[in-house]
Amino acid sequence: MTFETAVFYLFSAILLASAAMVVTIRNPVKSVLFLVLAFVSAACLWILLHAEFLAIVLVLVYVGAVMVLFLFVVMMIDVNLAVLRQGFTEYLPVGAVVAVLMVVEIALVVGPRQFAPMQVIAAMAPAAHPHVSNTRALGLLLYTTYVYPFEIAAAILLVAIIAAIALTMRRRPDTKYQDPARQVEVRARDRVRLVKMPSEPKT
Amino acid sequence: MVSLSQYLILAAALFSIGVVGVFLNRKNLVVLLMAIELILLAVNLNFVAFSHFLWGMSGQVFVFFVLTVAAAESAIGLAILIVLFRNRRTINVDDFDTLKG
Repeated sequence: MTFETAVFYLFSAILLASAAMVVTIRNPVKSVLFLVLAFVSAACLWILLHAEFLAIVLVLVYVGAVMVLFLFVVMMIDVNLAVLRQGFTEYLPVGAVVAVLMVVEIALVVGPRQFAPMQVIAAMAPAAHPHVSNTRALGLLLYTTYVYPFEIAAAILLVAIIAAIALTMRRRPDTKYQDPARQVEVRARDRVRLVKMPSEPKT
Repeated sequence: MVSLSQYLILAAALFSIGVVGVFLNRKNLVVLLMAIELILLAVNLNFVAFSHFLWGMSGQVFVFFVLTVAAAESAIGLAILIVLFRNRRTINVDDFDTLKG
């Protein structure tokens, strides 16, 4: 077993174990933390596949932003876990059977026998960009061939920002705030009242 | 040398775990969203593996777009979840039956 194979099996084991923990563990906060572990192991596997840029993007953007958003939401809402876990053990056997069947079926389709010729092709084909780093190759492709999808992706992100803010923003009636327009409109006679009084003799 | 089939079977196992997560946590909306993230991660793993073994960069470009859409999806999903929780004080899927047909 070469070093690469050993690393592959190590990170695969961590990835599958943490993914199983995500869907079975009781506490949603721990579930998010295991999801972070799963994403980091997946990023290590992507580095093994020479996709360095995407691996770093997965850690920085996905774990750094999206998972923190998940963690924030999970910690903000307090839920009754007992109610949410109803039917868990009831569906566990069925779910396990379905999962095993799916893995066996897909493994039969994508097994080594079907993809053996592809290995030969991969061994014969030259590298697409032998002298160019992964990031540069991706950038060259992204800003030329895929420039319109790239713009659409930017628009999707903008829509997501606007939708998320518009959905969650609310005006609280009990919040105290300053209105500068009304502050500068104020005049001295609204605030200060001069009262004329006769002087009183000393008693 | 790790073969393409090994990566594909790993992605299949990850995908199945995600699908089972949808089965098991039918009531908890947050864990449902996390199971969807796992499924998308499996798809991305397939893309990257094919991109590596077929010497093409298009698979990695697609992973880029899938990540973008997944980030937008989870941001909007979590925003909807917060609004639901604010109005109903629960995230149990069974309680959201106002639109019962």
